[in-house]
Parts: sequence; structure tokens; C-alpha cells
Amino acid sequence: MDNLIINEGFPLLSFLIFLPLAGALVMLVFPGESFARYWTLAVTSLVAICSLPLVSGFDPTTAKYQFSEFHLWIPRFHINYVLGMDGISVLLVMLTTLIMPFCVLASWKYIQKRVAPFMVCMLIMETSMLGVFVALDFVLFYIFWEFMLIPMYLLIAIWGGPRKVYASIKFFLYTLAGSILLLVAIIALYLKNGSFFIPDMMWQQYSFTFQVLVFLSFFLAFAIKVPMFPFHTWLPAAHVEAPTAGSVILASILLKMGTYGFLRFCLPITPDATFALAPYVLWLSIAGIIYGGFTALAQNDMKKLIAYSSVGHMGFVTLGIFILNIQGVEGAIMQMINHGVTTGALFLCVGMIYERTHSRELSVAAGVGKYMPWYVTYLAFFSLSSFAFPGTNSFIGEFLVLAGTFKENVWLALAAIPGAVLAAAYMLRLLQRVVWGGTNNPDQSYLKDLNLREIVTLAPFLLFVFWIGLGPQPFIDLMHTSVVSLLDQLHNWQQQGLALR
Amino acid sequence: MAILPELTVLTGAAVFFVLSLFKRLEATQVKNTAVGFGVLALVAAVISLTIEASLFFDSYRVDFFSQLFKLMIAFGLAVAVIFGRELKDIDEAVRPEYYLFLLLSGLGLMMLVSSVELITIFVALELSSFALYLLVPMRSDAKGMRLQMEAGIKYILFGVMATGFMLFGMSYIFGLTGTTYLQDIVTGLQQAPQPAALFAVLMVMAGFFFKLAVFPMHFWVPDIYQGAANETAGFIATVPKLGAVALLIRITTLNPGGDMTIVYLLMFLALCSMFYGNLSALVQTDVKRMLGFSGISHAGFILLGLLTLDPGGYAIAIYYIAGYVVMNLACFLVLCAVSREGENLAIEDLKGLHKRQPALAFILAVGLFALAGIPPFVGFMGKFMLLTGALSAGGESTIYLLVVILAAINTAIALYYYLSVVRVAYTTDPEDRPEVVVDGLSKAVGVMLVVLIIIMGTMPTRIIALADSAVRVIM
Repeated sequence: MDNLIINEGFPLLSFLIFLPLAGALVMLVFPGESFARYWTLAVTSLVAICSLPLVSGFDPTTAKYQFSEFHLWIPRFHINYVLGMDGISVLLVMLTTLIMPFCVLASWKYIQKRVAPFMVCMLIMETSMLGVFVALDFVLFYIFWEFMLIPMYLLIAIWGGPRKVYASIKFFLYTLAGSILLLVAIIALYLKNGSFFIPDMMWQQYSFTFQVLVFLSFFLAFAIKVPMFPFHTWLPAAHVEAPTAGSVILASILLKMGTYGFLRFCLPITPDATFALAPYVLWLSIAGIIYGGFTALAQNDMKKLIAYSSVGHMGFVTLGIFILNIQGVEGAIMQMINHGVTTGALFLCVGMIYERTHSRELSVAAGVGKYMPWYVTYLAFFSLSSFAFPGTNSFIGEFLVLAGTFKENVWLALAAIPGAVLAAAYMLRLLQRVVWGGTNNPDQSYLKDLNLREIVTLAPFLLFVFWIGLGPQPFIDLMHTSVVSLLDQLHNWQQQGLALR
Repeated sequence: MAILPELTVLTGAAVFFVLSLFKRLEATQVKNTAVGFGVLALVAAVISLTIEASLFFDSYRVDFFSQLFKLMIAFGLAVAVIFGRELKDIDEAVRPEYYLFLLLSGLGLMMLVSSVELITIFVALELSSFALYLLVPMRSDAKGMRLQMEAGIKYILFGVMATGFMLFGMSYIFGLTGTTYLQDIVTGLQQAPQPAALFAVLMVMAGFFFKLAVFPMHFWVPDIYQGAANETAGFIATVPKLGAVALLIRITTLNPGGDMTIVYLLMFLALCSMFYGNLSALVQTDVKRMLGFSGISHAGFILLGLLTLDPGGYAIAIYYIAGYVVMNLACFLVLCAVSREGENLAIEDLKGLHKRQPALAFILAVGLFALAGIPPFVGFMGKFMLLTGALSAGGESTIYLLVVILAAINTAIALYYYLSVVRVAYTTDPEDRPEVVVDGLSKAVGVMLVVLIIIMGTMPTRIIALADSAVRVIM
């Protein structure tokens, strides 16, 4: 309890979580199409605006959980309604609230049938995603974590592409199957501690076997969500079939929940198991980076290409987390945000071309540069960002991760380098094809360039690409104290363990 | 006054007995009378919730435990009557008789949960069972369908066999303890020789395993669900299970001498039920058969609450069965409404339900997701608590951990078939299937069930507290 800074005033976090849900309920009563669009845009924008005080009021000098709320919920099982936010989650919360209005904008024309149910799903997604990042009670966390599957499943299954049935069921089953052992682990932790309060579970003396079992069940759930190689097979299917907004949410926010889970739960709850098993996770990350890169290189479907590139990028994130030093972890968190911004924007770009050509094939979209100058300008910047060109956001993240890795293990870092090269190769291939194409381009003269709505949708992404790329310090400041405190505790733990031995 | 709910239902049955003597009756009159008595029974159960009494030479006890179950039974009865009041596939001529037996079955269940003496238990159970045996074949055979006859015969044969097991067990208990009163049996069985006492208790349990559809007494379920009319199946799938759970709790408290054998046996049956039910449900194409198999797996979950041998575990079992009744009623409500002439529905017949009747599609989706155990619905909270209870009962024991893990894995298996139904209802086009008409009352009841599913799932404290105090009465 003493690591919570209780928010005595207006319960801002609860308000942000449940505002979208309330908005969704309103739409059940008024299911008009254009009302649904404007209403959802209004609600998500309101959430985005109301979330700004979270940053301005955030105290970056403490590692405690801020804006906390604590209410008894199910006393019989010591389940409480606890919310709180620290340096690790603040950026992810902001990413979620800020990206949602643009997802709505991106669906403005794309979604033509059953608009109101689509918007309801989007709002429920926002509620559960925010809930996952700020819940400090394990049951509350699990409820948000699982509940999210329903709207995401519906987003893919109803508004998805031709193989939506396969993709949506695979997504649902894969992620649910991963998290059932998480539930058992949560219960086991509760029985050890007598409470579901997450901070109480951290830094406790569990036996090594217990820690390994808990770590493995956590790992399965989170690795599927990330997704880490070899648990990634649901991702390309889901990405390709999901509607644009679904892909953006999936790439920008859902995948981060896995890596957030590693940071929030695996490291502090099972430190000994983390030290013991980190090498395996690291090499799995390398495998993901290389595998994602090579597979992306061979894709002709643009969405698939970006989906596989996600596997590679998320490999960098897990690499940074499990290298267990400050550069690594901070780089990983930066990379989580960067991937959210860049890949989200790339999916939006693909969606825009899909709305025009009704195809995601590279060959169909070849050579549009001449007719869509605005579009290719955006695409070029986001592609550069995707392969971590200096000056863009991803450079900061990947650089920090690699710097951290070099400090600990040179071989590991050298093994990750080809991944960075591959990223350049596949992104430049995509860019070259789309902008110039070859000698036998299809006739693209019917294409219209981006309209104002689309330009506005992409502009903030570009802003963040360069803001983080050129001035990352404010972002790092937000997380620094929490990361340092986490790693300090982790290393003290290790030294105590050595001393005892 | 102590037996007000029973009297109300009995009056209803008597009224329908009189009505059945008349040749010409308006269908709406019969229908409205039935709904009226369903609601009256619910009101009576609410009124008498806190009454305590002991009747008929102490063989019939009215306490909070029994009254809580009576409330749930009356609720299930009322809801089942309301959404099934069209009785699409029951001949108009036999509708008064149909309601007569339906109410008698409800009466039998209400008596069952109050019975604390073996002979009374037996009489009450048979009253409810025999009424059900008659309800199954009452389906109209105008279209040359004989399925209901087969189902009726199967039901009665299997049912009588299960009763036989139970009587056999009861005779052993009487022989070992010399009494038929449960409270004396508890003390009597402590000194009784093993394994005779254990065997006797298990045999008695077998009769209720049959009602609850626990492996290996489950085999009647799919055929009877399929053969019975949708409305009848909706009743059989929900309300009698309340009585079964109530009595299983009473009998588990008899557990002679803290023996672990019964716990391991319950574990085995629970896991078999879960795996058998879920794996079989995966390949079903008939919605009712699928719900039947899913019911078998849910029965397995309820055993997880019983095998803790702990009042807390029993309370969670009560919470879970209450939730199960609500979720299942929601699904059957949709089924009854979608089926135009009372025919059985294949999963395919739900195609495009979101266009044909969005409200029903929503109710069905919530019901199925709840059955699958997705938060924040009651199915999740129930499963979560059952798993927590079972794991904490086991302490450091690996066997309990293994059971909990296998149960959790079952959740993932089950998801697939629930999801397939939701998918058909939500993502396919109706093709040439007609719109579904549903009346306002059924819709309102459906929405109420959805609200209950969510409220029970997110705010379980109050309900668990009720179940807790109910269990404490009988311990």
C-alpha cells in the first residue's frame, strides 16, 4: 500500500477507463451511422484531451504508482479495485488515448456496413486496453486482459478480409489458450500472498521452482501477445484480415501488452527465474528479429510485410527488456512507443491505398508516387522510421537497445545487427515498389491523392516520429526513475541471492 | 405460510388439472395462466425467503438454504415459462397437461431442496422426475417425428436406473445407521465401517449425478435435449440442476470421517465430465446437443466446488449453478425465439441472426461468452472462484494443482465451440432465412438475463454472501 500515491481528488484514471464504455452504451440507444462516427470521434478525443493531465501532473522523480485509486471490491477473495500508473505505464496509456481518435478517423470511409457496432467495439477496446495498463490488481488486470478479446475478435470477424473467420478464431484461441495458465499462476501467487494486489506480490521469497513455473506461465501468455518467435503465427493472419483500425490497434497497443507484462510482472515477481531464463529469451528474441526480417523480405502483401516486420521490431523490445540494464530497458520502452507510432502509421498508409485500389498487393500498388505525392511523402518518412534511420524515433530505441546489449554480451549484439540491416532492405523494397515500381506498372492515373482527413490523420504520427527522433529526453525522463528503481531492486536481489549462497 | 412457494405452485398445478378437463380452451388463456403462476411462484419465493420452520416430523425443513434454492427454482421456472409460452411444438390439446406436469416438476424440486430425510428426498425427487419423463414425449408428432418418443423412453429408463442406484445406497445408509434423518446419519456414519459407508454415500450421490449430468451418469443428456421440445429442454437444462446441486451439497456434508477417497473420486469425475463434455461438444451441429454437452462440462466444474469439502467451496458452487442457470436460460430463450415452428435448430440456422434480430444475437453472444468463461461475465467469476477454492483447498498438493490446470485447459477447449456459434450468428449473412419475430416480453426478459449475467459477474460479493449464509445454515 505504501507504494501507492492515492489520488484523493477526481478519479481521473477510472474516468478515462469508463468514459469510452459509457460512450458505447449511448450508441446502443442511438445507432445512427453518422451519429456513431461523430460521437465516437468526440468520445475518443475527449479521452485523449482528458488524459493530458496524466503527463503534466506526473511526478517523474518517484517510482511509486501515481493517480492511484483503491476500493474494496470482492473482500472474500481479497480482490480490490486498484488503479495506478508509474513511469513504465504512463507512456503506454498516452499512446493508447492519443492513437484512438486517429483510428476512428481512419475508419471514417473504410467502414461502410454496421458502423455503430464497429464503433462500439472500438470504444470497448479502448476501455479494456486502458484498464490493462493501469490495473494494479491481478484479477482486475486479467478481466481487462481477457475481455479485450471479444471486441477484437468481432473487429476481425465482422469487418475483416476474405479469410476473416480463420484469422479471428485463430487470434482468439491462441491468445486465450496462452492466458489460461496465467490465471492459474495468478491464483497460485494469491495463495502465497493472501492478496491479488500486484505490488505485494513483487520481491517476495518464493522458491526457485515456484518462480520458474510462474515465469513460464507468464511467459506463455505474454510471448503469445507480443508475439515472440515461435508464437507469432496468429499475428500475420490477424493483421492481414483485420480492418485498418483493427490492425493499428493490434500493432500499436495490443502487442505492447505482452512486453508490458514482462516488465510489470516477470521481472519483479519472479526475479530469480528471470535471471535463470533470460538467456533463452534473449536468443528467442534474436531468432524473432532475424526470422521477421527474412520473412518480411519475401512478402508481396503489404500488410503481411509490416506484420512480419512487427515480429522483428518486437524482438528488439524483448531483447532490451531481458538484457536487464538501464539502456536496454529504456530502449525497449522507447521502442514500444516507436513501434506503436511507426507501425500504426504504416498500417494506416496501407489502409489508404487499399481503400483506393482494393488490394494490398505490392504489384498493384506499384508506382503510385507520380499520382499521390502526399501519400508517398508520408510513406517515405514512416519507412525510414521503421528501419531506424537516424533522426527518426526508432533510431533512439534501437540504438539504446543495441548499446545496452553490447555492454552485456557482444555476440548477442552482433547477432542482432543483421536484423537492422534486413529492416532497411525490406522497407526500402516496399518504398521503391510503391513510389516508382518498375517498367510495367499498372495504370495508376485514376488514383486521387490523400484528402484533408487523411492528411490530418497521419500528421500527428509524423510529428511524433521526429519529436522522439530529435528530442527523446522528455520521454525518457518520464520513465527513468521507475526503470532505475526496477533495475536497482533487481540487481540488489541478485546480489543478496549471491551473498546468501 | 412456511410453504407458500410450494402451495402456489401446487395451486397452479391444480388449476391446470381442472383446465385440462375442458375440451375447448383459448390458447392465450392457458398461456397467460401459466405465466401468471410462474410470476406468482417467484413472488411467493421472495416473500418467504427468510422464513424458518420445521414440518412433517422434522423431515421437511424450511431454512435459508432451502428458501434460496426455492427462489432460484421459481426464477428459473418463471423465466422458462415466459420465454417458452408459445409452446410452438406442443399440441394445443395437451398444453394444460404440459403446464400441469411442468409445475409439478417445479413443485417436486422445491420440496427436494427442503427435504432432510431420505424417504422425503426420494418422494420429492421422483415427483419432479416423473413429471419430466412425461414432458419429454409431449412434443407434437404431427410431422411424423418420433424422436421425442425415443428420448422419452431413454429418459425414463436411465432415470429409473439412477434412482435404483440411489435407493440401493439409501438402504445401505439405513442399514449402517438405523435412521433416515440426515442429521443423525452424519453422526451415525462416523462410526460406520468403511468402505461400506463411502459406498453408500456414493450410490446416493449417483442419483443426483444423473440429474446434474455428471460423467458417468451423463449419457442421457444429448438425446433427451434433442428429442424434447426446445422449451422443455430449456427447463430440463437449468432448473432440475439447482435441486441436484442442493442435494449434492447436503450429501457431501455427510462425508464419512474426512476420507480423501471421495475427494479423489470427485476430482476424477469432474475431469472426466469436463473433457468428455467439451470434446464431444466440439463436433456437434445441433445447438441443443451442443448445449447439452457443454452442460456436462459445467457439471464437472461444479464438482470442483464440492470437492473442497469446505463451506466456502459449497457457497461458490451455489453461485456457479445460479450463474449457469441464468446463462443457459439466456441461450435457450434465443433458441426458442429463433425456432419458427419449434423445430430443432442446427448451428447453421442461426446464420445472419445479427440482421434478422439484433437483440437476440446480442443476448446469445453474451450468454455464450459467459458460458465460455470470458470476463466480465458471471461464467468467468464463477470459474475463477472455483479454481481459487480448489487450489487453496489443496494447499501444496500437486494433485489439486494438476486438476486446476486441466480444468483451466478445458476453458480453452470449450471456447472454440461457443465461439463458432457466435461467429455464425454475427458474421454470416442470413441468405434467405426469414426475420425472427420476438415479442416484447421475451425481449425484456432476455435483456434482464443479460444484465444479471453482467451484474453477477462484476459484483459477486452480495450473492456469495447470500450463498455463504445459506450454507452455514446446514453445516
